[in-house]
Amino acid sequence: MDTSPPRISPRAEPAPPPSGRPDRPQGPPLGQEPRDNQPDTGGTPPPTDRPAPPPTESRGRVRIGDRVFSGAARGSGIVLLAVMAAIAGFLTLRAVDALGKNEGNFLTTFEWTPNAEPPVFGVAVIAFGTVVSALIAMIIAVPIAVGVALFVSHYAPRRIAQPVAYLIDLLAAVPSIVYGLWGALFLVPHMIGLTTWLDAYLGWTHVFDQTSTGVTPRNLFTAGVLLAVMILPIVTNVSREVFLQVPRMHEEAALALGATRWEVIRTAVLPFGRSGVISASMLGLGRALGETMAVATVLSSSPVLSLKILDPGGGTIAQNIAANFGEAQPIGRDALVASGLVLFLITLLVNGAARLIIARRKEYSGANA
Amino acid sequence: MSTTTKPTVTPPASVLTQRRLPRWAPAATALGAVVAGIGIGAGAGLTSEIQWGLIAALLFVGALHVLSTRVEGSRKAKDRLATSLVWVCFILAVIPLVSLLEYTIRKGAKVLDGYFLTHSMNGVATIEPGGGVYHSLLGTLEQVALATLISAPIGLLTAIYLVEYGRGPLAKAVTFFVDVMTGIPSIVAGLFVLSFWIIWLDFSFSGFAGSMALSILMMPVVVRSTEEMLKLVPNELREASLALGVPKWRTILKVVLPTAVGGIVTGLMLAVARITGETAPVLLLVYGAATINTNPFDGAQDSLPLYIFQQWKNGNEPSYDRAWAAALVLIALVMALNLLARGVARWKAPKPGH
Repeated sequence: MDTSPPRISPRAEPAPPPSGRPDRPQGPPLGQEPRDNQPDTGGTPPPTDRPAPPPTESRGRVRIGDRVFSGAARGSGIVLLAVMAAIAGFLTLRAVDALGKNEGNFLTTFEWTPNAEPPVFGVAVIAFGTVVSALIAMIIAVPIAVGVALFVSHYAPRRIAQPVAYLIDLLAAVPSIVYGLWGALFLVPHMIGLTTWLDAYLGWTHVFDQTSTGVTPRNLFTAGVLLAVMILPIVTNVSREVFLQVPRMHEEAALALGATRWEVIRTAVLPFGRSGVISASMLGLGRALGETMAVATVLSSSPVLSLKILDPGGGTIAQNIAANFGEAQPIGRDALVASGLVLFLITLLVNGAARLIIARRKEYSGANA
Repeated sequence: MSTTTKPTVTPPASVLTQRRLPRWAPAATALGAVVAGIGIGAGAGLTSEIQWGLIAALLFVGALHVLSTRVEGSRKAKDRLATSLVWVCFILAVIPLVSLLEYTIRKGAKVLDGYFLTHSMNGVATIEPGGGVYHSLLGTLEQVALATLISAPIGLLTAIYLVEYGRGPLAKAVTFFVDVMTGIPSIVAGLFVLSFWIIWLDFSFSGFAGSMALSILMMPVVVRSTEEMLKLVPNELREASLALGVPKWRTILKVVLPTAVGGIVTGLMLAVARITGETAPVLLLVYGAATINTNPFDGAQDSLPLYIFQQWKNGNEPSYDRAWAAALVLIALVMALNLLARGVARWKAPKPGH
């Protein structure tokens, strides 16, 4: 086996060692000898059972670095899993604690008075408010986001498209507290006109009915509008990615058949992008469900469960946590953790559904916002 | 309004051409719609500019559709309807976003100066002007740096594991849970650290507690972006290196990572930008303070997002001014990180090998 020719050639061509030698611990003196025996096994370590002791030793040396490194890589993956498990575990632990002391029904009670004696609290109002405000945000944001995504991918003149995409990227990074501040001090006063108008002309729908007109619109509707503004950049970005991946041939085929631009979009772009848009909206929904600060600044909360979205009141889970955390006693904190667990479960469901849809169309790699 | 219905000249139309609206018709209709919107809004005494805009948008879409149906036929009209709807969507989306930036800059510039950046709120009554964000800026930077120190190595190594080593059920589980983690609401991450670190282990509120929650939010983002970047590294490079006898870990360190470094750094910076603006976990864990606390491991700190929230809660003019100025500082910080990240991305763009 140990023929001399192969032994000479690697020495004559020392290409691999120099690149790595500098920072290899005690590399040069020991590295040279093993390398003489190395070439016949190649770079990969298939365990060829050669009875020669020196080669196995050298392979062992190489493998230590490899083992440490792959161990570290796998270890951090496991750390990540452990963190996830810990999150679920601790939240459940505290929540169970709190629920044991709860004198009301956690799912149907309206009040949130865990610090009172006896403690009574329930997630009915805030879970409802969470879902409703997020749904309002979706209804407003998704059509507009799809429009903007189409604008960037298909309609805008090329000179505008790039800066617009860039601008929307940047806006996705604006912190939520800034949206909250803007919503509370700018949007709320500007919503008065729209709410009175909706109340006057669409009041008969019950949803848009305002019990007492002229109140400051610190309501679920305004919160929904603000959330819509916040999730718009995310939904737009993901949808745009998908629309840009539509096979050129599909579009050109449609054009060749005489389709107008809208017909191209309707027959080629939208069908291709549908699942992408759905998952984008669900990612946006997940974001809207968990949003804290924007809702906390805009909404004036109260334990009222009502479908009249223009009436001030209601609340969301995240907003409730932010608002009640300051004066919460131990039971109160545990109660907030319990509501957080509910929020966690809701977002898990929504995100899980989104991921399932994405997984079915694997090619949308852009959908990992 | 615009009575530009008739196309200028239609010569004995050949069979292959249709009557078309002139090129300037959409622009003219838009102008007319805006004028009419303002007119109706002001005339009917509607106070909200939002409504004026909505009226103008509706008029524009309707008028152009009617015009186009009469002149160009229904297919073309549908096309125009879609086009104008898309433009309206675009404008509807851009207005609040631009308004947000403009309003923040206008309001924030009022108080923002050197004094604001170098002083804390120590001894400043909430109803009087003065004070600054030094303590919060310091807190934010420390907390974000700590969070990055925790999550960057774990995130990078996890991504390396997934791309270079990952096979079998463990890799599948990690991929799945990274996805799940991406969707964790920030306040839930805060609650977890609260119940683990502060309630269970009985530590006090500190900047470090905040960084832990922030790193939970940051890790999945880092993993995702790094993973995407590592996947872009062509396999030929790995194979060439391995064929020369370089062990796998050195191949990864010396060949794969340097090739993807631009994208990885970009992803990291975007993740940092994202957690810089997080308020909810900080509210639960760092607690807020008016004085300068340089030690993130001991005692309550402050942070920029939290500062904005507190100033907003005070509910008086000087506090609002401070809140806007702090918001401007925060946006500037985040935008700078973003721009820098994009700069790095452009500078070291990976060349996909195919």
